[in-house]
Amino acid sequence: MSRLATLSGNARRDLAFAALTLALFLAVTFAFPGFAAPRNLAGLLDDTAILIMLALGQMLVILVRGIDLSIAANLALCGMLAAVFDRAWPGMGVAPVLALTLVSGTLLGAVNGLLVWKLRLPPIVVTLGTMSIYRGAIYLLSRGAWINENEMSREFLAFPRSEFLGLTLLSWLAIAVAALFMVALRRSRVARDLYAAGGNPEAANYSGIDAGRMQFIAYSVCGAIAGLCGYLWVARFAVAYTDIALGFELSVIAACLIGGVAIAGGVGSAVGVVLGCLFIGIIRSSLPLVGISAFWQMFINGVVILVAVLLSARQRQFKRTILEVRA
Amino acid sequence: MHSSLLTLSDIRKSFGGVRALERVSLDLPRGAVTALIGENGAGKSTLVKILSGVHQPDAGEIRFEGKAVRIANPLASRALGIGVVHQESLAFDNLSVAENLFVNCQPSRRGLVNWGAMRAQATAVLRDLDADFDADVPAGRLSIAQKHVMQIARALAHESRVLIFDEPTASLSQRECAELFRIVRKLRDAGCALLFISHKFEEIFALADRYAVFRDGVSVSAGNVGEVTGDELIRQMVGRPVEQLFPKLETTPGSELLRVERLSRAGEFEDISFTLRSGEILGVYGLVGAGRTELAEVLFGINAADSGSITKNVDIALVPEDRQTQGSILPFSVAANIALPNLAALAPRGWCRAHDESRLARQWIDRLSIKAQGPEQPVQNLSGGNQQKVVIAKWLARRPGVLILDEPTKGIDVGAKAAVHAVTSEFTRDGGGVLMISSDLPEILGMADRVLVMRRGRLRGEFTREQATGENLLRAASDA
Repeated sequence: MSRLATLSGNARRDLAFAALTLALFLAVTFAFPGFAAPRNLAGLLDDTAILIMLALGQMLVILVRGIDLSIAANLALCGMLAAVFDRAWPGMGVAPVLALTLVSGTLLGAVNGLLVWKLRLPPIVVTLGTMSIYRGAIYLLSRGAWINENEMSREFLAFPRSEFLGLTLLSWLAIAVAALFMVALRRSRVARDLYAAGGNPEAANYSGIDAGRMQFIAYSVCGAIAGLCGYLWVARFAVAYTDIALGFELSVIAACLIGGVAIAGGVGSAVGVVLGCLFIGIIRSSLPLVGISAFWQMFINGVVILVAVLLSARQRQFKRTILEVRA
Repeated sequence: MHSSLLTLSDIRKSFGGVRALERVSLDLPRGAVTALIGENGAGKSTLVKILSGVHQPDAGEIRFEGKAVRIANPLASRALGIGVVHQESLAFDNLSVAENLFVNCQPSRRGLVNWGAMRAQATAVLRDLDADFDADVPAGRLSIAQKHVMQIARALAHESRVLIFDEPTASLSQRECAELFRIVRKLRDAGCALLFISHKFEEIFALADRYAVFRDGVSVSAGNVGEVTGDELIRQMVGRPVEQLFPKLETTPGSELLRVERLSRAGEFEDISFTLRSGEILGVYGLVGAGRTELAEVLFGINAADSGSITKNVDIALVPEDRQTQGSILPFSVAANIALPNLAALAPRGWCRAHDESRLARQWIDRLSIKAQGPEQPVQNLSGGNQQKVVIAKWLARRPGVLILDEPTKGIDVGAKAAVHAVTSEFTRDGGGVLMISSDLPEILGMADRVLVMRRGRLRGEFTREQATGENLLRAASDA
């Protein structure tokens, strides 16, 4: 058997999708040679970094048969918290801000996780509710006011934008998170339990894995990432207000689906999700070059989601063996 | 005599107010297969769940090698060396076989999963079992029989010495059963204690050394298999003698209801011809995968044939193989399920009336003695046997001329089995024709007027009631 044939369906899908993403990239580069300039690529990665991190968090939740609609609201609330903190204690540097957003994000995610785990409420209902609650909390926290660049400290603004080796720290963070996910999803025990709990919760229960607890862990990690991204978002765009990242949860979920995460749970890879984000990123940054309105981006994303889902549905229909196997 | 590996005494367990286990004792000796027998609802599944650590007993004692133990959770069960082969194979279809074997206890190095070691250990266990699949395939690609072997391998990978088989043969073909039995005997000879739960007496007598009978959550009797007869076991299970498991009424075949000529559907079955007359039960015997269900689906109209003809003078109804996913809508009430194929008659102008549906349901609850609190009870809360009666009722209410039954008594208890057979027989007495697909030999021999045997999608023989014996049906179904 060739190496390709022994790859699992997942790995084969990732490979095919990588080829497709590369083809898209080459096509755009062919039409606009400037697209492949290092400067432009670094910008592309910087634009996509937050999407990548959020989509990886969202993937964990979808893997265990959940969904996190509150991910963008969590981001916005933690971002506002970071901005308010920085305004009150501007001299304290970035470390306490990072800690604050990680902790608050984890807590907000854990609330989702607890409701899903302990009360056995449907994930879509829970996170639809917390999505509104978290947005509402931003308004209470800020009293509806904006926090602008001139109210933010220099360190606060500089952190995600500082550059190493040609890439922003934001990009490096996304690369680090992606690398961590690639290793951890394949090699860590807890990740294997996550896949098992999402693939067949009942069988997981019989194996001593608490599927509900796995959902809790997934929501908490997803929340932590959302919280961290809240600070990064606010610092990068240098503004915090109630409606930041409004509706962004849908882009995040779209990136997961394009990247091959099964909405039914149990299937998905970090490589696929990163590719899904890059795919969206390439389309997003090339459309202005072609002179097409950004609204087409939504249209194209939609088509890509449907095609991706159609393809993986086809792939998963193992042919039913009707006649008995020959001896 | 054998020494005991696992002993349960006076186990009790209630769920809410419902008592599942009243007073159950069980003894599993080393190097022996113990058959656990009982009707559905006798407490077998609850016992399995207690042994696998999913439920805790309310009272009673479990001793492992003489020492009292508590099986607090599934991990504790595994640590003791108890492995379960579940009926509905509890597999992770998206994960590889190797991962399935080591779920939640992957070999690891410095906290990271060691894939090489995991694959090597899995391969070794599979080789011990002579398994015909390897450790890298996703479990979703395995057949049900292979998944059973995988579950056995999982138990062995954890060095289990007590193995519990929960109706493992329910969906296996004859050959797959033989393969499973080979492995079971091998484990027995290696000194394991095995608990084998089954409804099939042939299997119990072929495989088991000892038996234990549960009835309504109480252990009724136990002993050596060599010292009992099937009839005695049935009596102990049911608590009353079953007059007739196959209450067949005499009928005279009348006019032709259905004629099938040279029917084929690619990849499923080929060149099937037969006729069915009024008053007749035509048995269709064959191994799992012989194409019988596919034939039924074409006759009923779910799929179209590629070639050949079906001539029918009456309506056809199909009671499908899987009553929970194909036969009924579980969250619906008994009344709503029975009404579903009869809405055209019940609501000719498109408006349903709950009153009419309830009345229809009550008629059938009485006629088939369905044990339900009333027409409003959801079907999912009924026992398997009563669910099956609801599925039969919903089709009989349409007054079809031909009734196709696909494995009508699979996984239901003896009492319900006899009831299903009685209804079937009454249906033919009243002029209906029945096509009875079954892998249960005694059922085919006991009920059918004529038997068709299918193998790999083709007809391999037709036998009259007089000609049909277990031996010649089996031969036609398995060998060339």
